[in-house]
Amino acid sequence: MTKSFGRAAGSDLSRRRLLLGAGALGAGALLTACTSNDASPQEAQTKGADSGNPNAAAGKKVTIGFSAPAADHGWIAAITNNAKAQAAAYSDVELKIVEAGADAAAQRAALQTLVGQKPDVIVVLPHDGKELNAFGLEAMKANIPVVNLDRAFPDALAYRLQIKGDNYGMGVSAGHYIGEQLKAKGVTNPVIGEIPGIDSLELTQERSAGFKASLATYGFSVARRLPAEFTADTGQRAAAQMLQALPKLDALWNHDDDQGIGVLAAIKQANRSEFFMVGGAGSKAAIEAIQADNSVLKATVTYSPSMASSAISLARLIGQSKGMSDLVELEVPKEITLASETITKENASNYLKLGF
Amino acid sequence: MTADEATATAVPGEATATAAAPGQTKQHGHGAGANQSWWRSDASDYARRNLGLIGVLVALVVIGIITQPQLYSDATWVKNNTFTILQQASAIGVVTVGMTFVIIGGGIDLSVGAIMALAGVWATTLATQSYGAGGMIFTGLVVGLGVGLVNGVLISYGRLVPFIATLAMMVAARGLAAEISNKQTQVSTSQFINDLASAKLLGIPVLVVILVAVGALGWVLLNRTTFGRRTVAVGGNVEAARLAGINVKAHTLMLYALSGLCCGIGALMLTSQATSAQAAMANMYELDAIAAAIIGGTLLSGGRGTIVGALLGVLVFSTITNLFSINGLSTESQNMIKGAIIVAAVLIQQFRFNALTQFLSRNKAIRA
Repeated sequence: MTKSFGRAAGSDLSRRRLLLGAGALGAGALLTACTSNDASPQEAQTKGADSGNPNAAAGKKVTIGFSAPAADHGWIAAITNNAKAQAAAYSDVELKIVEAGADAAAQRAALQTLVGQKPDVIVVLPHDGKELNAFGLEAMKANIPVVNLDRAFPDALAYRLQIKGDNYGMGVSAGHYIGEQLKAKGVTNPVIGEIPGIDSLELTQERSAGFKASLATYGFSVARRLPAEFTADTGQRAAAQMLQALPKLDALWNHDDDQGIGVLAAIKQANRSEFFMVGGAGSKAAIEAIQADNSVLKATVTYSPSMASSAISLARLIGQSKGMSDLVELEVPKEITLASETITKENASNYLKLGF
Repeated sequence: MTADEATATAVPGEATATAAAPGQTKQHGHGAGANQSWWRSDASDYARRNLGLIGVLVALVVIGIITQPQLYSDATWVKNNTFTILQQASAIGVVTVGMTFVIIGGGIDLSVGAIMALAGVWATTLATQSYGAGGMIFTGLVVGLGVGLVNGVLISYGRLVPFIATLAMMVAARGLAAEISNKQTQVSTSQFINDLASAKLLGIPVLVVILVAVGALGWVLLNRTTFGRRTVAVGGNVEAARLAGINVKAHTLMLYALSGLCCGIGALMLTSQATSAQAAMANMYELDAIAAAIIGGTLLSGGRGTIVGALLGVLVFSTITNLFSINGLSTESQNMIKGAIIVAAVLIQQFRFNALTQFLSRNKAIRA
């Protein structure tokens, strides 16, 4: 390397090398110390054994197979964490987790090996409900009940239980909260902004449809809609542009609390506070901010990953042929759609343990 | 003149400038150029292209004024909007400077977005944050530089094709970022980092100052140093560069390290803007950076390109995004327009005046 520098390099090479070497050493020492993230272990959302509930008593041993896409997002990460934690809370549940891989095809392959191990129940959050529908059918045919988590199989034969969040309902809840607040303030012609997540996803479209419909009941509409990509940096980008486009804003719905970190940053950077904002999903950071009431974020509508914990509990009941104790029926229902709840300053303390 | 001609004539002496300064219209004294008509020289070609991009920018602003006259009539709004456009361009602009060097040097770096994610995530782990803002900045820069060095070693000494090596790094670095962050969004608690995005220096946002500084350093490095001339030489004709005594491997290594370092800077800027980092951040920045470099006149096969052009390319994209959002148009149509601009830029790049004159004279001959 030294030769080629010829004239250009010369005598300062040794000094440069020394600096480089020292720098590299320092860097190595600091970097190895910097990967640790252990200070706050993720708290899972589980329901412990409840002495009043006869269903919680240990019963027949159930092996539950579980598969969810690799997490690239806080919500999905919480799904897997919750499933693990809820399974650990039962002495009679053995959880077999298979990596879902990068796409639907990889997940199908992983699930096929899982079927070979003959679990009692399979809980699956598919990459794509339509693409993995065939797997659901196959497993059900092999007499393994399938609990379809969140992303729905279109075919009712493909699952024993479908438990999912309500994307349309999220939009409705956000719209109602914003509508009520603006009505109470007496705003007649409000400027409402919306920052959705990845726009090509069905769930985003459902959320927006619900938002639009519920705002319409108040005679309001969305003035500007600027999608982000569920990440904080894209949230910041979208919000910065939206705040430029709308010099005066009355309310803003941001679909996702993770991207909301960026949205809130952009609002702060633009020094704006004349409006209020509603979040989505219900992350711990968002709930804390709502409780502290020191930013424009006044509410968030839930789409809680606690559904994974519920899915494991229900899968266990299915495996033990038990029903839900509050219901008359002797077996678990076939479809459960969770309500999207609205978290505000008043009830934030109840939800803090459900934040992810 | 072609890149090959340029390097062949310029390299042995290493004194003649091959990469003409953008904006300069006067002839450079390199061998072939002196005998050529003005429209064929690289210098005026760059100048023409940059003027074209400035024309596009002006046109975009005019469209903005026509479509949103009320907004544009407010001077404060115009100033803030200009800053928004520049701030949104800042992180990707810094990365584009590094990318431009790599492409001029005959390579490509597909891993820039992933390096940014890794640097951003590594700089915001709880452990790193415990060292304060200094530790975060140091970590971000060193991780960027380090990954860039690995790219460089794989390409120069491992003899991997740049496309493959950096594609592999793109996947691997995102994977490592996801591993380190445990797939969570890591919020920065450093007040210094978080305030950087809204801080101003002499009335100008700090992020914009950083972009201008990196751009200026890049310009000097490319146009006024041996390093820059070697970059053009290596990208134009590797064999000629090697025969001229340039250590092509070491030089290539440094180009990827430079790109990695730019990614580290960009990652810190993006982290500051979003007050957080996560493995999925800076998604597709590689494509944005390559696109900006190309519409700025950087030849994808290497040997030609300017920093000013690349930065103008970034600004064009950022202004389009802004124009679309202030008019409330969909992102889909925005992406289509972006695609059309890239195609148009490459077509113009291939389109040479001499080709036109040849075509015209041939037609004349046929008619006659």
